[in-house]
Amino acid sequence: MVEHRRWNDIVAYGILTLGVFLVVFPVYIAVIASTHDAATVVNGNMPMWPGGHALENYTRAIFVGGARASREPVGHMLVNSFISATGIALGKIFISILSAYAVVYFRFPLRQTAFWIIFITLMLPVEVRIYPTYKVIADLHMLDSYGGLILPLIASATGTLLFRQFFMTVPDELLEASRIDGAGPYRFFKDTLLPLSVTTMAALFVIQFIYGWNQYLWPLLITTQDSMQTIVTGIKKMLTTTDELAEWQLAMATAVLAMLPPVAVVILMQRLFVRGMIETEK
Amino acid sequence: MEKHAFFGNKLLPYLLLVPQLAITLVFFYWPASQAVRQSFLREDAFGLSSEFVGLENYQALFAQPEYYKTMATTVVFSSLVAALSLAIALLFATQADKNLKAAPVFKVMMIWPYAVAPAVAGVLWLFMFHPTLGTLARPMRLMGFNWNPLLSGSHAMALVVMAAVWKQIAYNFLFFLAGLQSIPRSVLEAGAIDGAGPLRRFWTITFPLLSPTTFFLLVVNVVYVFFDTFGIIDAVTSGGPAGSTTTMVYKVYADGRLGGDLGGSAAQSVVLMAIVIAMTAIQFRYVERKVQY
Repeated sequence: MVEHRRWNDIVAYGILTLGVFLVVFPVYIAVIASTHDAATVVNGNMPMWPGGHALENYTRAIFVGGARASREPVGHMLVNSFISATGIALGKIFISILSAYAVVYFRFPLRQTAFWIIFITLMLPVEVRIYPTYKVIADLHMLDSYGGLILPLIASATGTLLFRQFFMTVPDELLEASRIDGAGPYRFFKDTLLPLSVTTMAALFVIQFIYGWNQYLWPLLITTQDSMQTIVTGIKKMLTTTDELAEWQLAMATAVLAMLPPVAVVILMQRLFVRGMIETEK
Repeated sequence: MEKHAFFGNKLLPYLLLVPQLAITLVFFYWPASQAVRQSFLREDAFGLSSEFVGLENYQALFAQPEYYKTMATTVVFSSLVAALSLAIALLFATQADKNLKAAPVFKVMMIWPYAVAPAVAGVLWLFMFHPTLGTLARPMRLMGFNWNPLLSGSHAMALVVMAAVWKQIAYNFLFFLAGLQSIPRSVLEAGAIDGAGPLRRFWTITFPLLSPTTFFLLVVNVVYVFFDTFGIIDAVTSGGPAGSTTTMVYKVYADGRLGGDLGGSAAQSVVLMAIVIAMTAIQFRYVERKVQY
């Protein structure tokens, strides 16, 4: 800062500590609840420190599942979430790097039209067209399948715009140099452009993995079998019984498991995450 | 912005575009056009035949008092969430922008909730404020406050607003911090030399220079509240009690699923699309200006 004042720093530390407390508290409560037995959680007088049932709750959630509303083990839901989140992230990277390459490095009739066709998809999130999209998936016999979970969500322009923006910053001299070396479009893409794009791809992967993992409405609609549901949709189903019967300690263990992978991605790959966030919003 | 060096292949660019265009056409344009088409049709009770009814679905929609209530709920919900999460995030971002030793640690601690799914955030807040077993509901009752989000519409709204704000602070914090760090130090130093204190510098220098970021975030936040909060609302209140937390997106979902009124649901989708397109257009006008800034 411009000048250094002691009280100014103290105020800053105070406010930020309060902020971190606000941010962490709900998650802390969930972690605590996941370590107590059902009776302790339900009586409304849960202590603020961990109990002794963590192992029991987590093993039951992961391998057995709830006793009442949803009998699907969370372990399986985690696998479904991993497959669909990875599929969405990789699928988006694959289709968008190719289309951005076409739009930036080639001149052909209808180039602008193609770009706009893709670009407009930015405007309409899946939430506003859920039932017609559901019908398409049903007609294609893709309900309760990974294809149905993944494909409709990779139809968006974010990735194409990001790669387009990045390709624009690649100096023209690189293309001229590889053309002199006799490289065609495939060689240039593989040997020059792809290696340069690694960071952009990684940043996009981080953002899209989180996006895919956290999907809720779409998986809720197109999965009818418990064996296909993702962990984020599974939690709610554990709580749909009447409140007295809901197994909150298992639901909270599931919530912790549902948060763990994407939160770990943000914390461990903070640089890529921040980059991806800021770049995709430009 | 155009490249001056490019390849001259005739067929290859089309092949490269095929995957994205195919997916976009099948899962985006086709359903979107179906939504528009369906909003002009009425299906019979068995879904066997449908007839063209013109604007009847829209007339029916706008004749429903509930629909206006849903719009009002959406406006209240979005303004509360956007205003609170922006204000809180700006407060934290300005503190984290100071030259603190622990600033990087605070930064990580503030941004990770971005990765929590809205539906999970909803479940966390529901658990804390659950009328019978919530850790925080108990002290509230002991203080004589009859807290019950399962019965009271305003309590339910307060709960979904808190959960939505909690989750959105991370995003706003990240962008505010980036915006603050791009403000040239020399301008602030000049202010300090002229005798302006930190608070005065904030309101007369920092806040005006931050306005592009703030405006961008305002649009993004409204879009967030419209769509991404579906999970929060479904997990916490399912639109209740008595429709008091049913937003426009939630109503599209509920009407199509429970009521089976596909024409009406499609008409609602089309209205929503129009709103989003308008908001995106505003955002792009702003982006144009940012380039000059």
